[in-house]
Amino acid sequence: MTLQRTRPDLPSNDKRWKLVNAAMRRNGYAGHALIEALHAVQDAFGFLDEEAMTFVADSLDLPLSKVYGVATFYHLFMLKPQGRHACVVCTGTACYIKGASALIEGVQERFGVAPGETTADKSLSVLSARCVGACGLAPAVVLDGNVIGRLGPAQLCERLEQEIAE
Amino acid sequence: MNLDDLEDLAVKFRDDANEPETEVRVCMAASCQSSGAAPVLDALRGGCGDKAEGACKVKGVGCMGLCSAGPLVAVAPPAAALDEAVIYREVSPADAPEILASAAPGGAPVERLRCPSDMPFFARQHKIVLANAGIVDPDSFRGYVMLGGYAAMVQALTEMTPQEVVNEVTASGLRGRGGGGYPTGLKWSTVAKMPANQKYVICNADEGDPGAFMDRAVLESDPHRVLEGMAIAAYAIGANKGYVYIRAEYPLAVERLKTAIRKAKRAGFIGNHICETQFNFDVEIRLGAGAFVCGEETALMASIEGNRGQPRPRPPYPAEYGLWGSPTLINNVETYANIAPIITEGGGWLAGIGTEKSKGTKVFALAGTIVNTGLIEVDMGTTLRDIIFDIGGGIPDGRAFKAVQTGGPSGGCVPEAHLDMPVDYDSLKTLGTMMGSGGMIVMDETSNMVDVARFFMEFCMDESCGKCIPCRAGTQQMHGLLDKIAKGRASRADLALLEELCEVVQATSLCGLGQTAPNPVLSTLRYFRHEYEEKLG
Repeated sequence: MTLQRTRPDLPSNDKRWKLVNAAMRRNGYAGHALIEALHAVQDAFGFLDEEAMTFVADSLDLPLSKVYGVATFYHLFMLKPQGRHACVVCTGTACYIKGASALIEGVQERFGVAPGETTADKSLSVLSARCVGACGLAPAVVLDGNVIGRLGPAQLCERLEQEIAE
Repeated sequence: MNLDDLEDLAVKFRDDANEPETEVRVCMAASCQSSGAAPVLDALRGGCGDKAEGACKVKGVGCMGLCSAGPLVAVAPPAAALDEAVIYREVSPADAPEILASAAPGGAPVERLRCPSDMPFFARQHKIVLANAGIVDPDSFRGYVMLGGYAAMVQALTEMTPQEVVNEVTASGLRGRGGGGYPTGLKWSTVAKMPANQKYVICNADEGDPGAFMDRAVLESDPHRVLEGMAIAAYAIGANKGYVYIRAEYPLAVERLKTAIRKAKRAGFIGNHICETQFNFDVEIRLGAGAFVCGEETALMASIEGNRGQPRPRPPYPAEYGLWGSPTLINNVETYANIAPIITEGGGWLAGIGTEKSKGTKVFALAGTIVNTGLIEVDMGTTLRDIIFDIGGGIPDGRAFKAVQTGGPSGGCVPEAHLDMPVDYDSLKTLGTMMGSGGMIVMDETSNMVDVARFFMEFCMDESCGKCIPCRAGTQQMHGLLDKIAKGRASRADLALLEELCEVVQATSLCGLGQTAPNPVLSTLRYFRHEYEEKLG
């Protein structure tokens, strides 16, 4: 006899939890769809906090330690809130050859944040990625989901300032 | 449904489409989109909307290859190959009226935008995997069928036994395109022989090598081709469930693959009783989350199961004990994309292309300091010199060539002296590098090889999953030594220690990531040792 478990209540009235719940329901609350569930949380909230991980663990009937283990293993999952704008500098080989490190240095000098950090006013997060596959546009940067290419450090900083000002 | 029914369906689709004699294709792959292809497509569609019904057709297509000249637009008869098309480069929305005029009957090409389609970049390619790329609308199921798509699957399901399918693939001599080069037919027959009720087919689309974007281009340009290959594989080995494990960093490819699966399911080409046969096959997408090690097959399966993507020792191989313990066939995107033509044309046809031990063609992503950055497909056995200087157009700004890096962080650098080597799995191995998935990064004289080696070691250090000590600690130590050398603070003893460490990590790591992590160091030491020695104190 299998016991029917009750699913946990949504943590709050925030509508975004419904999206997360729907994603888990689509996969039949299967434990092996954990990564899908974490993607859903990150798409909805931008990062994974303890509340979200606990909710996912309870819903999928997994230990919280496992959820935390998976969340920390994969680079794409963020455990801290991100800035309003995300600037991902590609550091793949082609971009490296064409000066990705100059971009990172330029942004660090201007905004004072290294890859993985967010500015104090939460306006900008700088991240680095291992090849976004836009090698034809090297050095490539993904700014809020849009790939922009062939920029120098000065042009990139200018572009970022524009985005932040808007 | 048999082949005749499918042909009837294609004819019906063609009649419904009522296409004009020339169509305008806009490259909507990720690279061209980033350089502004979407507004160009809108402008062309807008201009086309004013014309009479059936007088003009504008469609978004997949990768045309020459990424550095994007956004690309081609004007050609429907289904015509790219080298018969008029290709326009760096098109802006303002150019739309002129291009539409050139596509109308009697229109002359717009010479100021023209990119010669007889240039070596287009003329010297041999497209098998990319045959439909840049021609078919990736979101259109009908478009794929009109180009003869799914004929191989229908043929396999209705006219061939699973064993015959495996035999064709074995006869073709196809080897795994993910980098290892394991004979595909052998892999298929091993899984086919496993006495199990449940088997799985996995498509490895976790293209993690920096500088490689072949699989992404295939999925963005012709997703149905990959699904068809997977379905044929599932039929051959006796599986009814497939997974595509794809990087989350490729949102466009994920979107197009989802659309393709949805449309194929609706048309009855994926799902239960495919094309009214007894064969069932369902496909699901699983997203990666940014871990390079998940390209390793056992780590990939761990990730599909929802675990940390850590590899386990082999044997048992996935063919025996794979996903959830069931026999599992794992192939790369490009390998699956080769299957449909092998079934249609016969294994002997592919075996007639390429070199003695490496058959068929290979897709390469050309990047770095090279004139024609982009995606190419050439016969196995083409020399590196032809690829870089003829097809790739050589090095820009009059600088000198220094090395070409293949195989990503598991590969190595090939210097000028070996450029006349024909490229295949085995020749690259003798040069101390490997085919890898097909990324080729060209470096000019300004690149310092110690820096390059340090860059790759940093990559491996970051991406090491931490399960086995040689890789976890070894990459860290090797990176430290390389950093010391690069900064001019190292002694001869440090270099000797680095070489010793390379051997240890190579010999004792658990999976391919660690075993091949020293390769970039060893290969740069082999060809550019003086650059290391110059930096020693």
